[in-house]
Amino acid sequence: MKYSRLIFANLFRKKARLILTIGSFAVALFLFAFLGVVNDAFGRGAAVVSANRLVITNRTSIINTMPLSYRDQILRIHGVKYVTFDNWFGGVYQDPKNFFPQFVIDPENQRQVFPEFKVPDDQWNAFLKDRQGAIVGASTMQRFGWKIGDRVPIKTTLYGLGDKSWEFNIDGVYHGSKPEDDETQFWLQWDYFEESVPEGIKGQIGWYTLQIDNPDDAPRIAKTIDDMFMNAPDETRTQTESAFAASWVKQFGNIKFLIVTIGTVVFFTLLLVTGNTMAISVRERTPELAVLKAIGFSDRTILGFILGESLVIAIIGCVGLLLAFAAVPVLSRAMAGLLPSLLITPQVIVMGVLAALAVGVAAAILPGFGAMRMRVVDALRRV
Amino acid sequence: MATKLIGGVLITILAIVALLLILIVVGGILAGLLAPFIGSVPISYNFRSIRARWTSTIVAILGIAGTVGVFVAMLSLARGFRATLVASGSPGNALIMRAGSTTEMMGGITLDSVKLVEDKPGVARSVSGQPLVTHEVVGVIPIPLISTGTDANVQVRGVSSNVLDIRKFVKIVQGRMFTPGLDELLVGSNASKTYEGLTVGNTVNFGGGHWKVVGVFDAGGSSFDSEVWCDEAILNEVLKRPANIFQSATIHLTSPAAFQQFKDAITSDPQLNLEVEREVDYYANQSSTMTELITVLGGIVAAIMAIGAIFGALNTMYSAVSERGREIATMRALGFSSWNVILSFLFEAVIISFIAAIIGCLAVLPLNGLTTNTMNFQTFSNLAFAFKITFDLLLMGVVFALVMGVLGGLLPAVRAAVRPVAVSLREL
Repeated sequence: MKYSRLIFANLFRKKARLILTIGSFAVALFLFAFLGVVNDAFGRGAAVVSANRLVITNRTSIINTMPLSYRDQILRIHGVKYVTFDNWFGGVYQDPKNFFPQFVIDPENQRQVFPEFKVPDDQWNAFLKDRQGAIVGASTMQRFGWKIGDRVPIKTTLYGLGDKSWEFNIDGVYHGSKPEDDETQFWLQWDYFEESVPEGIKGQIGWYTLQIDNPDDAPRIAKTIDDMFMNAPDETRTQTESAFAASWVKQFGNIKFLIVTIGTVVFFTLLLVTGNTMAISVRERTPELAVLKAIGFSDRTILGFILGESLVIAIIGCVGLLLAFAAVPVLSRAMAGLLPSLLITPQVIVMGVLAALAVGVAAAILPGFGAMRMRVVDALRRV
Repeated sequence: MATKLIGGVLITILAIVALLLILIVVGGILAGLLAPFIGSVPISYNFRSIRARWTSTIVAILGIAGTVGVFVAMLSLARGFRATLVASGSPGNALIMRAGSTTEMMGGITLDSVKLVEDKPGVARSVSGQPLVTHEVVGVIPIPLISTGTDANVQVRGVSSNVLDIRKFVKIVQGRMFTPGLDELLVGSNASKTYEGLTVGNTVNFGGGHWKVVGVFDAGGSSFDSEVWCDEAILNEVLKRPANIFQSATIHLTSPAAFQQFKDAITSDPQLNLEVEREVDYYANQSSTMTELITVLGGIVAAIMAIGAIFGALNTMYSAVSERGREIATMRALGFSSWNVILSFLFEAVIISFIAAIIGCLAVLPLNGLTTNTMNFQTFSNLAFAFKITFDLLLMGVVFALVMGVLGGLLPAVRAAVRPVAVSLREL
C-alpha cells in the first residue's frame, strides 16, 4: 500500500487517456449488464413457475377451448388441491399497439392457485362485488397511467360482439411477491364474460391451472387427467407449469441466441480495445520501469504496479454497472409491451464485476511479465 | 408552467447542440474525404503513419468494424423478418376479415358474406368463370421441432382448392395438391425442414385425425413457407369450429388498381361488415411488433457499442497525436498551416474508419440468406425468416463508421494543430 501514491501518479499522467479507458470499460460493462438483463427477460417465463402447478390445455391446439364441466372431474382426482380456469380475452386498449395479456379469471380459486400475486383484501372484496371489475398488474397500471377507480375500455374482436368495447372498472392492483413475477396481467370476472358472450362460447374455457399437494405426483396426475378425457370431444394435454413455460420460451428460437451471441462478440471486442490501450500505456513507459528496476525495485513490485494500475481502472470502470442499474428501469418502460419487464439481478452485477477484474488482470499480465523479464540495460538503451 | 418553460428551453438547447454536432460531423467527413485535394500534407504521410502504428490502428479498426457489423446484422434481421411477411402479400390481392379484426386469428366471416363479396366489381375470375377467392380457416397446432424435439406451434391454414390460382407465387415442388375432402396436408418448404415428420408420404396426428403429407410447396421465402395447408372444411371440423365460418378470405383482383373500386363496393354494402385491406398492407402490419423489438434492441446495442468504439478511436488518435508531437511541430515549423494538419488527421481518421467499415460489412455478409426462426406474436406460431442484407444497409454501415471515425479523430486533430510549435519541439 505504500506504493499507492506512485500508482495514482502514473494513472493520472495522461488524463485524457485515463478518462477514455475508464469510459470504454464502463461502456463494455454497461452493455454486459444490458444483455444479461435482456437474456433474462427472454427466459423469464420458465423461471417464475411453481413446482406444484399443472397446466391443462386443449390437445388439438392451444387456441381451442375446453368445457368448464371438466373441472369437477379433475377436482375428484387424488392429490389435486385447487383448480382454477382462465380464458384469453385478447383485447387491446385504444390502439392495437397497446397489447398486454387479459385473462378472464375464476375469482373463487385465483388467489389459492396463484398465491404469489398479492392483492390487498379490501381491493379484492371490491372486485368480487363488481361484475365489471378488474384487477390489474402494477406495471400495466403504470404503463397506461391508470388509477384505481378508473373505467377503461378494452376492445376485443375474439368473442363475436363486433367492434364494441368492453368497459371495466379498475378495483385493485396486484403486485408480484418476487421482482420477476409478471405484473402485466389484467384480470376480469368470469361471470361478466360468461353472460356477455354468444351462446356457442358459453361454458368454454381456455386452460385450467391446478395446484397439487406434492410435486412428485405431477406425472401421475397429468396422466390420469389426459386418460380421463382421452375420448372426450376435447382431449386434454396436461403439463407441469415449467414444461408449459419452457415450450413458449423455446419458441422465441434463435432471436435470443442471436442477440446474446452478437452481444458477446461486442463485449469482447470492447474489452480487447480497452486491454490494448492499457498495454500501450505500459509499453510507453518501458524506460521508466527500467529505471525503477535499476534503483532496486524487485520484479514482483514492478508487476504489482502494473497490475494495481490496471485493476484501479477496471474497478472504476464498474461505474458502467451502476449506470445500467439506473438505466434499465427507463429502458424497461420504453420497451413495455415488446418484452417482459427488464430486471437487473445481483447475479448480473456480480458477473460484471468479475468480468471487469478478469480483464484488468488479463490486460496487465502480458506487459507486466514483459516488464518483469526485461533486462535493465536493454530497456535503457532503447531510448 | 415553469417546468414547461424549462423543458422548452432545454429542448431548444439540445436541438441546437444536436444541429451543431451534425454540422461538425458532416463537415468533418466531407473535409476528411476531400483532404487529398485541398490539403497540402501529402497523403503518403498518413499511410506511412498508419503502418508505423499498426497495433493501435488495428484495435481502432476492430472496434469500429465490430460496431458496423452489429449494426448491419441487427438491421438485416429486422429487414428479413419484415420482408418475409411482406412477401406473403401479393399487390393484386385483397384480404377481408371481420370488421375490427387486426389479425386473421380473430373473428369470423360467414359463407353468405363471402358469396356477396364474390360478386363485387374487381374480383378476378378463372377461365371457367369461377371467382378467384379462397376462404380460409387458420389455427395453430403443436408439432415437435427437429432442432429441440419439443413442441412448437405451427400455423395450419385451411384453404380453398383453387388457392394456387390466387397465390400465384406458391409452387408445389414435391408431391401433389391435397384432395378436397380428404385428411391430406400440403406443407411449406420451411415447415418441412423445421418440424418432425412433415415430409411427403408421412402421416402426422393432430386434432384426432391422421393426416397424410402429400406435397411440399415453395412460397418464395414468404411466411406461408412456415405453414401447413389443408382443406378448409376438414380443418373447421377438426378445430370444432362452426361450419361455413371463415376467418379471412383472400381475393384475387382483376388488377392492383381495381382495389379501390372493390373496397368501396364492400364498405358501401350495408349487408357487409368487413375489414378490407390490400394483402401486402395486412402482412406488413403483422410484422411491426417483431420488427420494432429487433430494431429497438439492435439500436440500443449498436448505440452503446458506438460510444465504446468512439472512445477506442479517440484513444488511438490521441496516442497518435501525442507520439507524433515533434513530427507535427516540425511540419508546422516547415510552414504547413494548422488547417492542413487538421485536414491531414481527419483524412487519417476517415481512412481508418473506412477500412473498418469494409471489414465490418464483409464480416456480416455471409449472414445474408441465413434462415432462423422465431415466434410471431400476432399468430402465436413459429415463423422462419432469413437475414436480408441489402446495399442500402451496407451503405448505412459505412456512413455510421465514418461518423464514428470523425467523432474520434476531430478533437485529437484540433489538439495537434493548436499546440504551440516551440513547446512541442522542446519536448523529448
